[in-house]
Amino acid sequence: MGSSMHDTLAAAAAAAPGWLAPARDAARQAWAETPLPTRKTEQWKYTSIAPLEQDFGPGRPVELDAATVDALLPDIGALRLVFVNGHFAPALSSGELPEGLELVRFAEADDSQAARIREHLGSALPEAGHPFATLNGAALGDGLFLAIAPGASIREPLQLAWLTAGDGQAFTVTPRLLLLAGENSCLSVVEHFADAGGSAPSFSNAVTELLLAPGATVNHYRLNLEQGRALHIGGVHARLERDATLNGFCLGLGADLKRLDLVVTLAGPGAHAELDGIYLPRGDEHVDYHTCLEHAVPHCTSMETFRGVIGDRARAVFNGRIHIHPQAQKTRAELSNKNLLTSADAEVNSKPELEIYADDVQCAHGATVAQLDALSLHYLRSRGVSREEAQVMLSFGFVNEVLESARLEPLRDALRPLLARRFARDPSLMRHLA
Amino acid sequence: MLTIDNLHARVEGKDILKGLSLSVAAGEVHAIMGPNGSGKSTLGHILAGRPGYEVTAGSVTFAGEDLLAMDTEERARAGVFLAFQYPVEIPGVSNMEFLKASVDAVREHRGEEPLDAVTFMKKAREACKVASLDQAFLKRGVNEGFSGGEKKRNELLQMLLLEPRLGILDETDSGLDIDALQVVAEGVNSLRGADRSFILVTHYQRLLNYIQPDKVHVLAGGRIVRSGDASLALHLEDKGYAWLEDEVA
Repeated sequence: MGSSMHDTLAAAAAAAPGWLAPARDAARQAWAETPLPTRKTEQWKYTSIAPLEQDFGPGRPVELDAATVDALLPDIGALRLVFVNGHFAPALSSGELPEGLELVRFAEADDSQAARIREHLGSALPEAGHPFATLNGAALGDGLFLAIAPGASIREPLQLAWLTAGDGQAFTVTPRLLLLAGENSCLSVVEHFADAGGSAPSFSNAVTELLLAPGATVNHYRLNLEQGRALHIGGVHARLERDATLNGFCLGLGADLKRLDLVVTLAGPGAHAELDGIYLPRGDEHVDYHTCLEHAVPHCTSMETFRGVIGDRARAVFNGRIHIHPQAQKTRAELSNKNLLTSADAEVNSKPELEIYADDVQCAHGATVAQLDALSLHYLRSRGVSREEAQVMLSFGFVNEVLESARLEPLRDALRPLLARRFARDPSLMRHLA
Repeated sequence: MLTIDNLHARVEGKDILKGLSLSVAAGEVHAIMGPNGSGKSTLGHILAGRPGYEVTAGSVTFAGEDLLAMDTEERARAGVFLAFQYPVEIPGVSNMEFLKASVDAVREHRGEEPLDAVTFMKKAREACKVASLDQAFLKRGVNEGFSGGEKKRNELLQMLLLEPRLGILDETDSGLDIDALQVVAEGVNSLRGADRSFILVTHYQRLLNYIQPDKVHVLAGGRIVRSGDASLALHLEDKGYAWLEDEVA
């Protein structure tokens, strides 16, 4: 990371509301004392941050036309907010705020909102800190505050698009979302990260905090569709109170560097987390998912399913930690990670990591790495399907099984062709899918 | 239609077929019976080109072409269809997507246009009726969570849509209750015609009560040891396979 990071931090501060200063200064202090992870850092053993070693300036507003944005974002009939290089783009955003949903940029928060942001911002982050969450805090200029009123059940999904578009100089953006789901409220939110291309590398350092009050249900989708030089290190940190439910779904294409940390703390009895994910690096791409389920109290359940198809010379990392605290009796936790390698040079490092300190728990985990099943391939070919098309169908089916668990039907429909395209070098090979 | 001459085949280093010869004319239905381990299923796999099944000698000619020189998908497009004894589950790919891909591939080979979605759907629904499968099965993953009988009926569904020239049923009757057996038999009978042949590989005579074969062969020790008409099957049902053991040596 070059020296201009300091200028970038300074630029962010200039744009930020004054009341954010204490939190930002604290983060900046912590950042100064945080050693950058190296390959010797256990959590970063398989992911090098070397691509960050260049000068990233601040993200500047870039005008994108509607057609470009429509090509990047599927129409899922949602209320849509678009940010380009960290700057809100009202012309690209649409829809009306439904009753029960409060949505404001930090920079425009009123006193009551500012008070709640100050109270909750950072509260879902791990006490021990995460270097890049700290960096996000240090660079905090603006952010998005989202609050669902208690009892409000918002039918229409919310789509938040964090887009990058290069304009000549390497730049960094630090998206930040703070979501407070009130008691017994319900919302689906799709966070959509994509890159519109351009001449310069970008680095998104995004942090999302989800705070679910008792009985709240949040369906959270995080799509990381950046590729190539659009680097991303991001985290989703969720805290679930009594009987709250988080249904999380992730989709990650690979890039020169992509690392996602998903940390869910089950903090109230009866809380339930489902975490599903798909990663699809190819070429020379890299993708790294580190997930952690903190079972802090009794009677919580978590189910996690991640699958990846890794092609060409790409590398994937999946580290699934389940931490069952001593008092978290009657926990049920399941973790499954299956990987398909479609090339001899593809690589995956899959590691379930169970730390169980309670004795009355049910915990199951499994990780597999395989190639396309020869018998399935033969079965499809025995019906006339070409080998190439059969390979596409099997790769697609492998991850489509996970996609089918996503609750938002318009999103499933929009993502199916995207998955199929990932495997079909020739469009004719995906004509029977999606 | 199909001529198998002195076929020798090996699986995992073990010789299974040891000089099998068989000729099936267009429009004929042949039953191949035999004790367990005689090589019945191996024959089906060899004809469909399954990996791991190695032909060490002999030839197979299908409609004048060297079948063994063709890739699996080329055989299917030329009109060879094997109904699997154990159909494969492919979760995440819908039956409909699979069927459309298969039918389009075969039609393209024949120089025909792909069917439009509406026409295909109509044909698929009609085939579902014949196969006695609820249309809901079209939307499910290929064979995913299907019962044994449903899988066999799904094989029939594929055969109805692909209209092969040679249908090979590998122990399709095993594990089927009498109703499902009748459905499969009626489906096969509906496809019978002057240009289409069938090989029914079966352990039991039961299926032949519903599909009248033109010829019955007994496979033992990797060779055909006895051929006859439908009455041979009845005789086997009555006497078992033990009396043939002398012929194997």
